[in-house]
Amino acid sequence: MRKYLIAVSVAAVCLLPALAAGTAKHPEPVDFSFKGPFGTYDRNQLKRGYQVYKEACSACHSLKLVAFRNLADPGGPEFTEAEAKALAAAVEVPTLDEYGDPATRTATLADHFPMPFANELAAKAANNGAVPPDLSLIAKGREGGADYVHALIGLGYAAIPDEHTVVPDGTYYNPYMAGGIIAMPQPISDDQVDYAEEGIPQTVDQYGKDVAAFLMWAAEPKMEARKQLGMGVIIFLSFLSVLLYLSYRRVWRNVDH
Amino acid sequence: MASGPSTYTPSNGLTRWLDQRLPLMRFANDNLLSFPTPKNLNYAYTFGAILFYCLIVQIVTGIVLAMHFVPNAAMAFNSVEYIMRDVNYGWLMRYVHMNGASFFFIAVYVHIFRGLYYGSYKDPREVLWILGVIIFLLMMATAFLGYTLPWSQMSLWGANVITNLLGALLGQDFTQWLWGGFSVDNPTLQRFFSLHYLLPFVILGVSVLHIWALHHVGNNNPTGIDPKGPQDTVPLMPYYTAKYFFVIALFTIAFAAVVFFAPNLFGHVDHYVEGNPLKTPAHIAPEWYLGAFYAMLRAIDFNFILDSKVLGVLVMLGAIAVLFVVPWLDTSKVRSARYRPVYWWCFWIFVVNYAVLSWAGLQPAGIVLFQTGVGADGSPVGFNITHLSQIGTLYYFGFFMVIMPLLGLFETPRPLPASIATAVLAKKRGGSAVPAAAAAAPETRV
Amino acid sequence: MYAPARVSEIQGSFPVSAVTHDGASRRDFLYVFSGTVAGVGVAVTAWPFIDQMNPSAATQALATTEVPLAPIADGQQITVMWQGKPTWVRKRTPEEIEQVRAMPDSALKVPESDQERVKKAEWLVVIGICTHLGCIPNRDNAAEPGGYLCACHGSVYDASGRILRGPAPENLPVPPYEFVSDTLIRIG
Repeated sequence: MRKYLIAVSVAAVCLLPALAAGTAKHPEPVDFSFKGPFGTYDRNQLKRGYQVYKEACSACHSLKLVAFRNLADPGGPEFTEAEAKALAAAVEVPTLDEYGDPATRTATLADHFPMPFANELAAKAANNGAVPPDLSLIAKGREGGADYVHALIGLGYAAIPDEHTVVPDGTYYNPYMAGGIIAMPQPISDDQVDYAEEGIPQTVDQYGKDVAAFLMWAAEPKMEARKQLGMGVIIFLSFLSVLLYLSYRRVWRNVDH
Repeated sequence: MASGPSTYTPSNGLTRWLDQRLPLMRFANDNLLSFPTPKNLNYAYTFGAILFYCLIVQIVTGIVLAMHFVPNAAMAFNSVEYIMRDVNYGWLMRYVHMNGASFFFIAVYVHIFRGLYYGSYKDPREVLWILGVIIFLLMMATAFLGYTLPWSQMSLWGANVITNLLGALLGQDFTQWLWGGFSVDNPTLQRFFSLHYLLPFVILGVSVLHIWALHHVGNNNPTGIDPKGPQDTVPLMPYYTAKYFFVIALFTIAFAAVVFFAPNLFGHVDHYVEGNPLKTPAHIAPEWYLGAFYAMLRAIDFNFILDSKVLGVLVMLGAIAVLFVVPWLDTSKVRSARYRPVYWWCFWIFVVNYAVLSWAGLQPAGIVLFQTGVGADGSPVGFNITHLSQIGTLYYFGFFMVIMPLLGLFETPRPLPASIATAVLAKKRGGSAVPAAAAAAPETRV
Repeated sequence: MYAPARVSEIQGSFPVSAVTHDGASRRDFLYVFSGTVAGVGVAVTAWPFIDQMNPSAATQALATTEVPLAPIADGQQITVMWQGKPTWVRKRTPEEIEQVRAMPDSALKVPESDQERVKKAEWLVVIGICTHLGCIPNRDNAAEPGGYLCACHGSVYDASGRILRGPAPENLPVPPYEFVSDTLIRIG
């Protein structure tokens, strides 16, 4: 009886209602392929997501923690090395010329994705005083993760604010943003990015999903290796625990305790 | 020494030679192998070994991380991401170390609650308990320092809040000395890294003293009754080492489940955003294991003789300080809560209260739990997190400073068993603890 | 205080004998098997700790160095760093090329034709670390026309970076490189 009451009160504490976290609308969950203990990335989705990032986002948002060689790594979009080299070669990165003056050269696999602006001040000046954040960790650095990225990009800009909401000039309404106001204009429209793959709708919603998956990979490139190793570790430990339990019982066999 | 005279005899010339010069083998035998341990210890008593395992895991992964981490404000955040992406198995090292801290605290809370339940802090174990509180304090300091190292938004602003708190108590000069500057910046990070590397070894040293203090007086046990002879104990090896190996494997399964499948379960999203001294995050919160103390700190939102900020710090420090004097606060002659029916309830309420306080410490302070009306600016008003924390703080202090001293004087304990052996036998026969007047049970095979 | 039950002496590894209270001591398959499985687990766990010290992916990513060739005059040699190693890019004169291609195999410690070591005859790209004990050789026409002398222990290389005499065992290594254009090479 006593133990039951304890269990109930502890459970009640744990089930305290989830309190509103700020004023952002909770993003609708998306059935991403990488969710769950057995989830993996969808290679084609990551490739499409890269394309969306490149064509719609990279003009303002850096991805500085990702290198071009990562595009060919296992567990990611898995472009071939030649494809990754070509994607790198299409991009210029800063260097110095022989007189020591700033110049650019084509990127190699070893280079990280370049910064679209020379520095933070330049980024601020070009974007109405708001710095477009680096996207390398956005899927881990925001409540809601990949679901949030999809909702913000794929659903939020279609929402109409109610008459009480004031949207100052130079900003936009997006219910998934904390406070409802975002400095970024709608970054992508239907049919803006041409997918080579057949059968994929070229809608803002789809672009949102694909770029969210890509950004999840950008934030957590080792996810597949992690889950695979984890499965092996837990199976091994379960087996070992059984053996150790039997050993423990055998050791104590003749002792009252 | 609770084990009596040493039982070690060197088996050959070499061990005899060594024994005369440095009795390492004798020490290992007496403390790890043949040490007589009460035979009725339950699983709550395995958490000391689990804690030692956690310490080793943290030290080993920490040393490895230190090979790649750069303790400089300009590079720290990126160096952690370098570890996560480019260092071979770096992601594993980081996730193990990060979640290892949480599991270390899960284990330490079970271990401390076990001590409170079974009266393991009572005579002659007062020093053992105090050493434990010192270890707990060192753990909190180490964890706080470690959390600042990635130099994320949470790192920076958490460091800011805590160092400013100390400043409220000890003055601006002290804070600037701690910072090495006029705000939390690179000098702060560098020295926090040095201290974070140092403290675990201090913990290791104090843990050795802790085990020494334990072995000098012997283990407590669930009955709270001292062992009366060899029929009440078994040698540590293989009886308890077998149990420790099993329990450590189970603990590691739970640990692996989090590390491999939910590595950011205990974390905050703002820990993945680079620290920006010009932008305060919407919601600063400590790691979950420090939540209760943070709740107590924030609960003091009123002035009383002293400014609320200073008072809050004093209450928070007082919550830790009161732990040191627990052995003298409890007046009960009976050790174990098994035989103290009123204390039993007070203890479990304390556990739930501590859990609620921990949760409250992580929430934004203004959140209203039960709305009673609307304030002047239209926001909801009612029973909020601060009120909840105030009640929780009252019970926390009340448990130690009112319940413990008074209960011992007024509580009627249940009848105690005659010995560990009789209690074990009674349990085997399916009854509850046998009254002391019962006939002596036949000895178990020794 | 009382004396505890006697236990067997300290054994080597995890319990190989079951000491029960009936005093018997016997090797138990369950214990040995459990110990072995646990040992395998520990060994497998050790690998990531060892591997994390190996060069990281970032280090391993073939770092490349680009070298513009226009500023290098006939007969001139520049040194660039590639993967932390000094690498020579040298524009050889026609006389040096002829001389080096006329070298008979018998004069070489490690016979290798000059054509195998260069992509364009006038451009020599080699790592400037003596294959003996790691010093950096210097240009020295007295030791060998158009060649190199390593001051540390006297190894002499020709204008193709091949070892002629001295304690060095190998020719100077040629790194992977390609001509991006006529005036730009990329090493690595």
